[in-house]
Amino acid sequence: MVTPQELGYNSKVEGGVIVSRADAAINWIRTNSMWPMPMGLACCAIELMAVGGARFDIARFGAEVMRFSPRQSDCMIVAGTVTYKMAPQVRRIYDQMAAPKWVIAMGACASSGGMYRSYATLQGVDRIVPVDVYVSGCPPRPEALLDALLKLQDKVRREPAASRLLSA
Amino acid sequence: MSADVTNALKQKFPQVTDRPSSDHPAFDVPLADVLAVLRYFRDEQQFDLLMDLTAIDWAEGASPRFTVVYHLLSTTRPGTYVRVAAPCAGTEAEPTAPSVVPLWPAADWHERECFDMFGIRFEGHPDLRRILMWDGYPYFPLRKEFPLAGIETDLPVADIAEETGTRVIAAPMAGGPFVASQGEMNLTEAEPRAKDESWSDRRARPDQTALRQMKD
Repeated sequence: MVTPQELGYNSKVEGGVIVSRADAAINWIRTNSMWPMPMGLACCAIELMAVGGARFDIARFGAEVMRFSPRQSDCMIVAGTVTYKMAPQVRRIYDQMAAPKWVIAMGACASSGGMYRSYATLQGVDRIVPVDVYVSGCPPRPEALLDALLKLQDKVRREPAASRLLSA
Repeated sequence: MSADVTNALKQKFPQVTDRPSSDHPAFDVPLADVLAVLRYFRDEQQFDLLMDLTAIDWAEGASPRFTVVYHLLSTTRPGTYVRVAAPCAGTEAEPTAPSVVPLWPAADWHERECFDMFGIRFEGHPDLRRILMWDGYPYFPLRKEFPLAGIETDLPVADIAEETGTRVIAAPMAGGPFVASQGEMNLTEAEPRAKDESWSDRRARPDQTALRQMKD
């Protein structure tokens, strides 16, 4: 049994024990295995596939396990144009994901409706689900999506771990 | 070959008239005869493939308001292609045309799309539902009076609409619609630009209400 007082000077346990905050440990776990829910709706999904492939390899950042079941995913990547017909389904799938959960809006269409200024297109997926990171581009380069993932990991690292458990 | 088709058709159906066309033969047919003419094309002229079925909106108040157009191709006689146009019956709000699904099963989804976009009722269609917009959408988007930005209405699913507080809005046109310039130029200049640049990413929007370009 090691008491907190011992940690500082006991040479027998030094190096065998790491002291941290629970938030840091939990967020470290969350950031390094953020399983995506690929919401591939248009051409951005092609770039999303490239990100998962060998050349760009999102596995380097622990997000290679694309789950097609919302129950097992942490981060929804909305890749493509969201029509009003599809929007309720996107929200339904988001609701089915277990908390904590995050959303990346990939590309111009998902972020703002993009070039589709028309009657059929949702003008930004943030009207339906809360978005954590927006990625510009039409479509974005795979590097841009990796950058978005790193930004999201950075964001997760800095938030109180419990705050996400009850998020909608 | 196209002259043969035209002559043979006119002998059998004297009420058919030529329609101006820059490439393939095209014909104006009264709506009452359109099924007979199409059946003649399919059975006796080997037009076995319905390439497209679409419609023209001649704008509010025009008579006829809508015209349906059938594009036919013969696979046994390559390059033989005709268009058949027929004015719709019915009212402006509910135009009608006979369904050609019994002639070409391919017409099924074409007619559903035509109904979805123009509101043309195809009589005798086995399953005339919307195909692009959702069931219950109140407008026909390709009609002339419908604005490109759309008209504010409800989301297709009520509980999601309630949960998110989101509605189908008229899209902010951001100075659009956007058009590309023609001719030899570098790629930056060839980017699509708004016809109306009274506000853009550089110049501020006059007021927030411009976001909702309601037609009324």
